[in-house]
Amino acid sequence: MIEIAEGCALAGLPPMVRLVLQGRAAALEAAAASLGLEAPPPMLRAVSGAGGTALRLGPFELLVLPASEGWAGLDAALATVPHSLVEVSDRNVGFVLEGARAADILAGLCPLDFALSSFPVGMVTRTLLDKAGAMIWRTGAQAFHIEVWRSFGPYVEGQLREVARGISFSLLAV
Amino acid sequence: MSGAFRLAGRGRIDTARPVVFRFDGRMVRGYAGDTVASALLAEGRHLMGRSFKYHRPRGPVSAGSDEPNALVGVGEGGRYTPNLRATQVEIHDGMVVVSQNRAPSLRFDIGALNTLAAPVLPAGFYYKTFMWPRGFWDKVYEPLIRRAAGLGRAPTAPDPDHYALHYAHCDVLVAGGGPAGLAAALAAGQAGARVILCDENVEFGGSLLVDTHSLIDGLPGMTWVARIVAELERLPNVQLLTRCSAFNYGPHNMVALNQRLSDHLAAPPADMPRERIWQVRARDVVLAAGALERVLVFEGNDRPGIMLASAARTYLHRYGVACGRKAVVVTADDAAYRVALDLAEAGVKIAAIADLRPTPGGPVVEAVQSRGIAVLPATTIQRAHGHLRVTGAELAPIGADGTVGRGRTIACDLVLMSGGFTPSLHLHSQARGALRFDDALGVYVPGESVERVRSAGSCRGIFALDEVLRDGVVAGLAAAGGETGPVWTVTRQDAPGAGGFAGALPRRGPGHLALAFVDFQNDVTAKDVKLAVREGFRSIEHVKRYTTTGMATDQGKGSNVNALAIVSDVLGRTPQEVGLTTYRPPYTPVTFGAFAGHARGDQFDPLRLPPMDAWARAQGVVFEDVGLWRRARYFPRAGEDMAAAVARECRAVRGAAGIFDASTLGKIEVVGPDAAEFMNRFYVNAWTKLSIGKCRYGLVCRDSGFVYDDGVVGRIATDRFHVTTTTGGAAGVLNMMEDYLQTEWPDLDVWLTSITEQWAVIALQGPRARDILAPLVDGLDISAGAMPHMTLREGSIGGVPMRLFRVSFTGELGYEINVPSRQAQAVWDRVWQAGAVFGLMPYGTEAMHVLRAEKGYLIVGQETDGTMTPGDVGCGWAVSKVKPDFVGKRALALPAMNAPDRLQMVGVLTDDPQEVLEEGMQLVTAAETPVPASAEGHVTSSYFSPALGRSIAIAMVKGGRSRMGAALYAPRLEGPALKVTLVDPVFYDPEGARLND
Amino acid sequence: MLLIDCPYCGPRAEIEFAYGGEAHIARPAADVSEEEWEAFLYLRDNTKGVLAERWRHAHGCGRFFNALRDTRTDRFHAFYEIGTPRPDVGDAA
Repeated sequence: MIEIAEGCALAGLPPMVRLVLQGRAAALEAAAASLGLEAPPPMLRAVSGAGGTALRLGPFELLVLPASEGWAGLDAALATVPHSLVEVSDRNVGFVLEGARAADILAGLCPLDFALSSFPVGMVTRTLLDKAGAMIWRTGAQAFHIEVWRSFGPYVEGQLREVARGISFSLLAV
Repeated sequence: MSGAFRLAGRGRIDTARPVVFRFDGRMVRGYAGDTVASALLAEGRHLMGRSFKYHRPRGPVSAGSDEPNALVGVGEGGRYTPNLRATQVEIHDGMVVVSQNRAPSLRFDIGALNTLAAPVLPAGFYYKTFMWPRGFWDKVYEPLIRRAAGLGRAPTAPDPDHYALHYAHCDVLVAGGGPAGLAAALAAGQAGARVILCDENVEFGGSLLVDTHSLIDGLPGMTWVARIVAELERLPNVQLLTRCSAFNYGPHNMVALNQRLSDHLAAPPADMPRERIWQVRARDVVLAAGALERVLVFEGNDRPGIMLASAARTYLHRYGVACGRKAVVVTADDAAYRVALDLAEAGVKIAAIADLRPTPGGPVVEAVQSRGIAVLPATTIQRAHGHLRVTGAELAPIGADGTVGRGRTIACDLVLMSGGFTPSLHLHSQARGALRFDDALGVYVPGESVERVRSAGSCRGIFALDEVLRDGVVAGLAAAGGETGPVWTVTRQDAPGAGGFAGALPRRGPGHLALAFVDFQNDVTAKDVKLAVREGFRSIEHVKRYTTTGMATDQGKGSNVNALAIVSDVLGRTPQEVGLTTYRPPYTPVTFGAFAGHARGDQFDPLRLPPMDAWARAQGVVFEDVGLWRRARYFPRAGEDMAAAVARECRAVRGAAGIFDASTLGKIEVVGPDAAEFMNRFYVNAWTKLSIGKCRYGLVCRDSGFVYDDGVVGRIATDRFHVTTTTGGAAGVLNMMEDYLQTEWPDLDVWLTSITEQWAVIALQGPRARDILAPLVDGLDISAGAMPHMTLREGSIGGVPMRLFRVSFTGELGYEINVPSRQAQAVWDRVWQAGAVFGLMPYGTEAMHVLRAEKGYLIVGQETDGTMTPGDVGCGWAVSKVKPDFVGKRALALPAMNAPDRLQMVGVLTDDPQEVLEEGMQLVTAAETPVPASAEGHVTSSYFSPALGRSIAIAMVKGGRSRMGAALYAPRLEGPALKVTLVDPVFYDPEGARLND
Repeated sequence: MLLIDCPYCGPRAEIEFAYGGEAHIARPAADVSEEEWEAFLYLRDNTKGVLAERWRHAHGCGRFFNALRDTRTDRFHAFYEIGTPRPDVGDAA
């Protein structure tokens, strides 16, 4: 973790398995069950089960972060249901941004409202971080898991640092 | 106390903190809290700048953001900022300020000779005069005009500061922190709403900052303000922003604010942004923008020492500065009487008050008269005397019939004018709010808006303080959805005066030589506006553009209503009929740095680095930008220029092997039971019969029938295709696929995933490619028999998962090794090491282009321009004849799409094999073609081919395929046209033997 | 910057979206006349008033959807899913 502003740290996440699952309701339900979830998460919510975490990025789409390296169980659960399961582990790079100013820093790059009432813990969405497409997942009141396509990583990290540089001056979000 | 005009014990400056700065090289002393203007006025100095067109000496007219005259340059080097309003710039120690638009000095300016020429520099002068001879515009007229006109110069050094951007969200944004805004913010905040209150000034208070007369709940205005601000600060749901101007009102209540953070500090902290743009999305907006006093339009009204009455009051109460010793007041409004009383009480002699109204009266008028100040009713100012400073005012009576009698001149060093107050409608108008002319007030007020916005207080024509406070509370409650709000009692206030004046003041005698300014900043006079109307400009928008009135950086804050009144007077139409021009953002100028925000230098745009970028850099590569990607262009060795390096790279690929980072190719995984059906409908090709492990060149058209993108597609499984696109087309193709899938064929069970960055692509091309690769792939037979051209295999390479495509964009035996991006460099290193003994060389995009052109392979976007069919570019073979439908099918059947004279892709050879054509050259039928000539086609790609030892080119030529062997000519800017011969576009290995090796 | 209420994600800033042109333009079968194909490709109403238009939440859920927007005011009157009929919003202005 590197402190990029007073009380705010940024770190790159280690490599992890990432799968894009797309399909109709039956596919999402089958996937959820295989992960140990009662149901697929509602739109823009992330839910974790024994088999991993499902992030609902679209009405017909989950990003699945399996708890283990393989996903044979998921494949099996989906065998008879029309679906698309594509590995994108290396497509994305992840960051974790933590601290009291984390939401303020994101608000320097993204037009979403990061007030806890509007963007609660467990919410996830694709959006923009300035000119880069990004996924933002609030894992805690002051913690965000950010993913971008690999080639945008240096740019987004640079932008986060640049915003963090000036964040403590006369900025108090309501 | 420093400054002869400074008044002890007055103002909101901190006299315990002296500040020294430089103005035009001279030391000026002031105090913390002073602006450049107030500090100079404290020395008795009004002259601060020269005007735009006539170089007239000018001093401040106002004391705020509406200042048109006193524009200065501030700072040095990269921090120099031109055209700042001296009335807003806060001074700090060591600050360097320069006046503008003068040569050699502010007091003596050679350009002021323009004033003598004013009679021949009327409105539209430039349009009329500099039309002829046409060639003179660029070389003579424009440089001359540009040097003579204009304001500050632009800085040339890089801006060393950094700037910030912040997106904010609130229930209620209140723009303006005067009495109405404070009341609205408190009412909304107490109702529980998330509130942002911003004000462009250093402190909140608005009109109360300079109103020492009114009492609220028995308290002086600023005592009340301090109490309210303290209450707001205690509310956690309220954010207060000072030095922060709301300058743009965008759709759906997105309001942009510009917060100035460091300019007022002598030594700001290192990481402090200079400015921050706030993009505020507000559910509701309350505009409490206040009102601006209008100037009066009379001869010589721009002389230094002539200012708005309210400005003099501001300099007195905020800065403790008397703007002169002896003042003449000219007014059409009661407010100026209060100013006269304040100034008189501070020791300024009020020589006379000329009131345009026939019968001024009421308590404040009587208070003035009881002090012994002469009040002259029905009196106008015929002209002001003086040059660098006003020396006298010629006051003249207005008869009952409106004619102006003979006047007398009263000596003075200060003329205060008040034409009444104009509500500030800029933000309301930017929000596409309608404007309504209020006949009683004689001004425009806000009408209906499409946004959730309310105006409160004087910006909607409510001027009495008690009503302003109530109006603010009502607006705040309505915006927040609250029911009860704070209540205050105004225990003393001036009644708002009836009156006001707009247009040119009445005068005696002809006014055609008089310079009576309407728009100070653009030097537009009353006669300019009248002339424009007489010349036939009827629309106020046309008058604005012809005369440039209201088009300066002040956006007509002081001038629009006067211009409107003059136009309506000449036209004999009501102001409502004439209308008002559109207010443009920004409300006040914003620096480019603030707009750029975080996006500067390396962070201006995302720089996408392909997986082997670092390796290429270590090899001394020369890069090129391809979209947002930075790609390796060529790898020069010591002493090589681009041509030499590219030739060597091409020879390596043709003679041994080359390695190329092709990772930027767009890639899409198409998966689902209906994948083949989707591919059939989307591509022009047929896919049903493509077996697993096979590849095919795919071509995408739009429904217009024109080529959109291309790329190799491999079938991984019955229900899974690995699709590639061009680098630039990746996002567009995916979007177009989603469009058809979601909106035309939602019944299909197929889904699309971008895998561009999941798979890095290492292209290994050349006759030795197989020799290099075979030992590296884990247990995979890649022999020619086992893995022929246009096939793919899944496997691994050194334990790394791999999708291996045998494809070629060079015409040589070739592979594209797809591996997960994170492990791509490791795989590249292995291939690189294994290739050393075979003479493997890295090549870049430039060699790639040459190699593909030698083979006549098209590049979408280079050979095509959005109007080419597959047949035009020699790909008619790819279009399925049997599919019932696909994107583009119907259009491709149109007769025009199959006309024999369409542009067709051909090869082009010059007579001189060393002559390389320019891409974009037109081709014509004869060496000597009279201009204008119609082109037979144009060159799309052109290179020197190392393999052929001569130049080659690809062109799109009308009916080209049936003109093989024909000669055409490529005219040049200099020298005779070049003769070329049309040939088949496949220059190298036309049988394709090398591909299938 | 418009505020667009994605039917799947809720209100978002315009920069997350890609515009998709007029909605309810049915793609004809491949055997229609030249005139019908031309109309499909190129002929649009250029509505002054309430326009049914397509948007894609490109930097969000990725879905296309339809909206009714008054081109005079930029006010949105409805957001609805692809494949559902145009809602009746009366003479909204």
